[in-house]
Amino acid sequence: MELIYDGSMDSRLFKDIIGQTISKLSAQDPDYIYLDADLMSCVGTCQWATENPERGINCGISEANMIGVACGLAANGFKPVVHTFGPFASRRVFDQVFLSAGYAKNDITIIGTDPGVTATFNGGTHMPFEDIALYRTIPTATIIDVTDVPMLISVLKQCKDLPGVKYIRVGRKNAAKVFADGTETPIGPAITLREGKDVAIFASGIMVHEAMQAANKLAKSGIEAAVVNFFTIKPLDTDTVKKYAKQCKNIVVAENHNRIGGLYSAVCETLARENTARIDVVAVNDEYGEVGPQDYLQKRFGLTAEHIVETATALIG
Amino acid sequence: MDTTLKKRLERTALEIRIGVLEQMKARGFGHVGGSLSIADALAVLYGSQMRFDPKRPDWAERDKLVCSKGHAGPAVYAALALCDFFPYEVLKTLNQPGTSLPSHCDHNKTPGVDMTTGSLGQGTSLACGLALGERLRGRDTRVFLIVGDGETNEGQVWEACMFASAKKLGNLVLLLDVNGKQLDGCTKDILDTLDLSAKVKAFGFDTVSIDGNDIEAVYTALERTRNGGDKPYAIVLNTVKGKGVAAVEQAKSNHSMAVSTDQWNEWLLSLIAQLD
Repeated sequence: MELIYDGSMDSRLFKDIIGQTISKLSAQDPDYIYLDADLMSCVGTCQWATENPERGINCGISEANMIGVACGLAANGFKPVVHTFGPFASRRVFDQVFLSAGYAKNDITIIGTDPGVTATFNGGTHMPFEDIALYRTIPTATIIDVTDVPMLISVLKQCKDLPGVKYIRVGRKNAAKVFADGTETPIGPAITLREGKDVAIFASGIMVHEAMQAANKLAKSGIEAAVVNFFTIKPLDTDTVKKYAKQCKNIVVAENHNRIGGLYSAVCETLARENTARIDVVAVNDEYGEVGPQDYLQKRFGLTAEHIVETATALIG
Repeated sequence: MDTTLKKRLERTALEIRIGVLEQMKARGFGHVGGSLSIADALAVLYGSQMRFDPKRPDWAERDKLVCSKGHAGPAVYAALALCDFFPYEVLKTLNQPGTSLPSHCDHNKTPGVDMTTGSLGQGTSLACGLALGERLRGRDTRVFLIVGDGETNEGQVWEACMFASAKKLGNLVLLLDVNGKQLDGCTKDILDTLDLSAKVKAFGFDTVSIDGNDIEAVYTALERTRNGGDKPYAIVLNTVKGKGVAAVEQAKSNHSMAVSTDQWNEWLLSLIAQLD
């Protein structure tokens, strides 16, 4: 696995990659079928779906129905992938995903775009800080918080044939480059991006970039921080959680999500019985979202490298 | 309609009702009202309309049935047992620990149940997905969708109706069981559905409204759905909740009933007496 992180941003947009990957996978597998709820234009699939009406189904603004239709298609042997914005892909369709997909064993992949503060100018109504928490309670669901373009391509490919409910949360704009193009990121194992002995920063999604920046800053103060990418939030790589609890004794979890119910909760649940580390969190402090540019929102909700540095420094004491 | 066939299907409907009561007698309680109202439609469906093979419940080329009012599971189970999907004796395990016959339909537990339902409204979208899938697979199958009138309180039903019509699902047959009652009482008092026939017609369905407890009327309405076309079909079944057992029909609250074994037995024997 080749890491190419240098802090620079990828010029490619997630939304274009989603569209390109769906059309590519659909060409490879006749059972792959894509459904959207009137947001095709937001992920670059509109043109392709118009040209391939049997493979790209626009369900209109009816997310609950879309999940059900996808599940009915799954029952007929198709491999559906559905997309809508994160809040509608989670809380609006929770019962449909839980029962029609999960309980009924109709395997589908759900892409929820604009997680957390990446919803920017759509504001608080469109800003899910709770989607991971909801999906974590669906038995055996898979939850991915995407870091960069190669990972997005890799997990979309893997989810196509993975059983169960799979939820992929990913922005639509661009992100920092972490993995070299063509890198496969197998769902499950956490990925150590940087080793360290004083504190381990567990991060996912956009917070991976912040964690790497924080580690650079901490190094200047003589603190060696490990950075571990927990892009698979469920099933959580509990061995790696425990390993760093022993190795570093201090853990900071950084996530673009409410501190309740997300990666921080999952880590705490893992360590509750035989904890060997002190744990703190950089996440949204049980608040609703609001409108604004992403840099403003990251400061507003405490989701920056500086917040990680402060939290880590205080934790180490 | 051929007289012999009519007699056979009427008998099947009676046997489904008997099967429903057998299940409830064994457990002591159950969703009796809505199971009895849909018995005639199920008799016609499994007795004359649906293509299936009890030895291959997952046979891809079969017609599919989604009982979106999942609490009518016992009526579906009785029909399936009569079609030899599983032994008749299994009916007596309704809602027992570890049973293959839970209160609400479950594809992963019961041979012959085509879709898991129970959270009202969800079966409608699932049926649309199945129907779309059938068409994409190029199969000449039909997907039958049973929805209760109370269930139409759920918004998802109407999302699915819009979808079925917009996507021209001519292989989808919606059977609306209008028995006029829901859990808390009369549908018109709780959340009046108004004219469901006019509503589904306005949503683009090829619609007929019939006596849903009349075997011949149900048969005739279902026969014409073999033609396909580019409109989904709707058959509004005007039924009586608890149909076939006078005391259940007359009960003020008959959505789910718990009565004594003797009482279930009395009702059961009254139906069995009609078999000859």
